[in-house]
Amino acid sequence: MKKEVYLDHASTTPIDPLVLRAMLPYLKSHYGNASAIYRIGREAKNALVSARKSVANVFGARENEVVFTGGGSESISLALLGYARANALKGENKGHIITTNAEHSAVLQACEQLQKEGYKVTYLPVDNEGLVTPAQVVKAVNKNTILVSVIYANNEIGTIAPIGAIGREIAKINIGRAHKIAFHTDACQAAGYLNLHANDLKADLISINASKLYGPKGVGALYVRDGKKLQPIIFGGMQEMSKRAGTENIAGIVGLKVALELALKRRLAETKRLTKMRDYFVEQIVKTIPSARLNGHPLKRLPNNVNVSFSGIEGESAVLYLDAAGIACSTGSACNSTVQKPSHVILALGISKSDAHSAVRFTLGRGTTMKDLEYTLLHLQEVVMKLRAISAVK
Amino acid sequence: MKKYAYDVKDTNDRKWLYSETIKDHFFNPRNFLAEEPKNEEFDALGVVDHSMCGDVMKMWIKVDKKNNKIKKVGWKTFGCAPAISATSMLSVMISEKGGMTLEEAYKITPSAITKRMGGLPLRKVHCSVLGDQALRKAIDNYKKNQSAD
Repeated sequence: MKKEVYLDHASTTPIDPLVLRAMLPYLKSHYGNASAIYRIGREAKNALVSARKSVANVFGARENEVVFTGGGSESISLALLGYARANALKGENKGHIITTNAEHSAVLQACEQLQKEGYKVTYLPVDNEGLVTPAQVVKAVNKNTILVSVIYANNEIGTIAPIGAIGREIAKINIGRAHKIAFHTDACQAAGYLNLHANDLKADLISINASKLYGPKGVGALYVRDGKKLQPIIFGGMQEMSKRAGTENIAGIVGLKVALELALKRRLAETKRLTKMRDYFVEQIVKTIPSARLNGHPLKRLPNNVNVSFSGIEGESAVLYLDAAGIACSTGSACNSTVQKPSHVILALGISKSDAHSAVRFTLGRGTTMKDLEYTLLHLQEVVMKLRAISAVK
Repeated sequence: MKKYAYDVKDTNDRKWLYSETIKDHFFNPRNFLAEEPKNEEFDALGVVDHSMCGDVMKMWIKVDKKNNKIKKVGWKTFGCAPAISATSMLSVMISEKGGMTLEEAYKITPSAITKRMGGLPLRKVHCSVLGDQALRKAIDNYKKNQSAD
């Protein structure tokens, strides 16, 4: 009675049938280039305009504040590199950027790139539940600060940052400040569950993507507050208000639009359903498996995220044993490069290296049922027992 | 690139993440010890840890004093699939066919192990080197104990 259980929705989501249905015409008959002036070009343009209107609505924004991109990483790169380069200070220090040590690698690597270009970056340490406080951000601001970037909901541990409160503090600092500080949040994981209104978050830049929202892969959006200047990172055309060149991926953009609309419509009920399931799953894991600990904040976390360390076993081994039972989940442990380091996010929580290597992430989604969780719990208990028997670490 | 190592990313045939042999040893590890053994069960222990990777390896050997061959081997490891499989494979290699002599066992290289495992992605080769290190430590410790006696 082998089952297929998918518990890696933070990695990517299956495409919703309604999203696919909305996209198909643009992959078939409506293949026009939105820049063309004849009929099928105008049809594509209409779809683009309507999608932009709808996505802008989700941000509580105007249409000219939405830039469609090729995905979450591109949105983040455009936000950070694009904003920092367009707003560089004169002189040797091109500007100061504040972020945290638990960001997605898209943010961290964009920051590393900016450091190479002459920017200074402060990485605020999160606490042992993955939280950063507005006070930490305020304290890190100096006269050269141009940009702050904080992940809205963490991709590994699901911890939800106080984005609105941070945004309000930055807004206060900006009063009377010559060069304003822009505030970016990586909302790729948050978009399905949390409020994205730019004015509630007091954010100037918000990155999202479709592939975490039951939409297609390879398409995302960046909210850019009116008046904030960005230097493009892709050149070759005037598309997207000259912020992102390239023929628009109309099918993908339509997919993103429908995916966001569905997410918004289902948000409340789905949040309630998943929170209940998440809490049950965590409770059962901790109750039935000795020395299992939840990573991240118990309450301020995404309704679909469960990240647990099973002391004494290696994440990849657990994932592959569960895979053999038809269960798909993931590990932050990346023992797969020349530098073998456990997840920087789990380490940022102050957890020992071996426990960080033991982290396994289960992320629930629309298709997840209680039966799936019961099945997973059963196998998880066996897998942890077997791997602990092999393990040399107590 | 050495011959024994291949990168799974280069192949279109991915029934599993690694080779079928690795899969077999990962799901059915040979000679591992579910409990730490009592002193008299083995003659020597070797321990190594890969501090960055987090892998920890312990290997116990029992030696036949008449012919200096490894009679019995046991191990425990905290590691990923290739680490577990490589150790299991190593334990088979040194104890099969009546066992290797200490001299032969001392010379086993990670490449000999990965070859028997049907190759390993380059990025994972480091995971397979703990077993032979632990084995050499166990042999060193065994020899130390012998000369002390």
